[in-house]
Amino acid sequence: MRDYSVFDIVGPIMIGPSSSHTAGAARLAKVAATIADGKIIKAEFLLHGSFAETYKGHGTDKALAAGILAMEPWDERLKDSFKVAAEQGIEIIFTPTDLGEVHPNTVKFILTKEDGSVSNITGSSIGGGNILIFDIDGQEVAFTGKNPTLLAQYRDLPGVISKVSSVLYEENINIANMRVYRDGKGKTATMALEADSMITETVTEKIRNIKEMNSVQSINPVVEGVF
Amino acid sequence: MFASSGEELVKICNDNHIPIWEYAIREEVIRSEASRPDVIENMRRTLHVMMDSSTYAQDQQVTSVSGLIGGDAYKIKMYADKGITLTGGFLNRAMARAMSSSEVNAAMGRIAACPTAGSCGILPAVILSAGEKLDKAEDELINALFTASGVGIIIAKNATLSGAEGGCQAECGSAAAMASAAVVEMMGGTPEQALTAAAIVIKNILGLVCDPVAGLVEVPCAKRNVAGTVSALTTADLVLSGVSSKIPFDEVVGAMYKVGRQMPVELRETAQGGIAITPTALKFKKEIFKDE
Repeated sequence: MRDYSVFDIVGPIMIGPSSSHTAGAARLAKVAATIADGKIIKAEFLLHGSFAETYKGHGTDKALAAGILAMEPWDERLKDSFKVAAEQGIEIIFTPTDLGEVHPNTVKFILTKEDGSVSNITGSSIGGGNILIFDIDGQEVAFTGKNPTLLAQYRDLPGVISKVSSVLYEENINIANMRVYRDGKGKTATMALEADSMITETVTEKIRNIKEMNSVQSINPVVEGVF
Repeated sequence: MFASSGEELVKICNDNHIPIWEYAIREEVIRSEASRPDVIENMRRTLHVMMDSSTYAQDQQVTSVSGLIGGDAYKIKMYADKGITLTGGFLNRAMARAMSSSEVNAAMGRIAACPTAGSCGILPAVILSAGEKLDKAEDELINALFTASGVGIIIAKNATLSGAEGGCQAECGSAAAMASAAVVEMMGGTPEQALTAAAIVIKNILGLVCDPVAGLVEVPCAKRNVAGTVSALTTADLVLSGVSSKIPFDEVVGAMYKVGRQMPVELRETAQGGIAITPTALKFKKEIFKDE
């Protein structure tokens, strides 16, 4: 039997009309933008299933654009996100599509950054404002962002995981769960590590300094009520 | 861990001589490892969002993103203010509040999901209207939200709060059940009476399908928030008069879950049945999504 917080039941505070189509969409896009790691100049959204069919009526489009602009799901500027994106010179494109056998509320983000590099991230809004990111640049992953998450891409060599866990141990951060995905032995590996407490920028930087690391980002859960 | 059933909840409350809201606060403090004042402050923020959402669309006419609904909360308020109503100013103001939050939600305004965005009108309308009538201080309104959450947790554990899983009975039905229980405690009723109110509300809405026109949280959702509000308020009076539920709360929740499971998928938020496939609804759908 699942355990609930009172704030799972009365809450979250959010911009309507739909926790899955609006709040979850904003959250997905915010996490995707964090993963992309860089100033985004163009965001294309490939919308699947229910997202493709009803995105205008639910404001899913505005919520996705808002997330790219790092707005939170309860930010009242969310409905004006197109205007804000235009002011910041960010190009926004929506393309209804079929992404195959995935959750009905799924979106693939194609995010172009200032330096010309492109990040492809796919995730679903799985209900109640909760999300699941399951593909980053073709690498299969699975994380919800509910707990503080460290996302690292590195060269798959012996001892890297132990270096990461040493840093966390020094900083007194407990690992809740951890998954490692890789292209092949000795190639690029992706680690999604969920922790029990916030992963600060200092900790992220220490992990970034491990020599096998290609890229490291921390995604901390949004703290509600900061408005 | 929070009580697993209504029976266990009532027993814990009775053994410790505390209301449901006090138990819910204590459990949240343990669960979240936050301080009691922080937990209460968090709920106060939620209450303030509810106060805004339940007022906003009464003072100005708002329009939903699709253009399908809007302006009704304003109408109800005007009507209530004129003073010539059948069911009185109290019930009409409560209806206006429920409609306001629902319209704000559909217009991409800020709301507190309780338990869902689609049913976000009921709890604020019930708590704020009862609180106003009974002249309750803000802290007591916050307590009422904890009562409501406590009851909601039991429903979530044993059934579902999602329209996609259980139909509207699970969303607006649960919201109204939570709200009615909260008002009963606010009026001095026992934890057992609170759950009796929740049971009666769910029995009266059992089987309600989720059939959103064009798949949007607008028609018939907003008016179902109004209906749920009225049911929650009148049921509180019913229970405080001494009326009991022949079927206990836990069994009613179990029945609600089973009914949800028995509902065809067409009647669970997919917009493929019920009101959503009436000729007029299909016409609205076509107009709204004509560009896509």
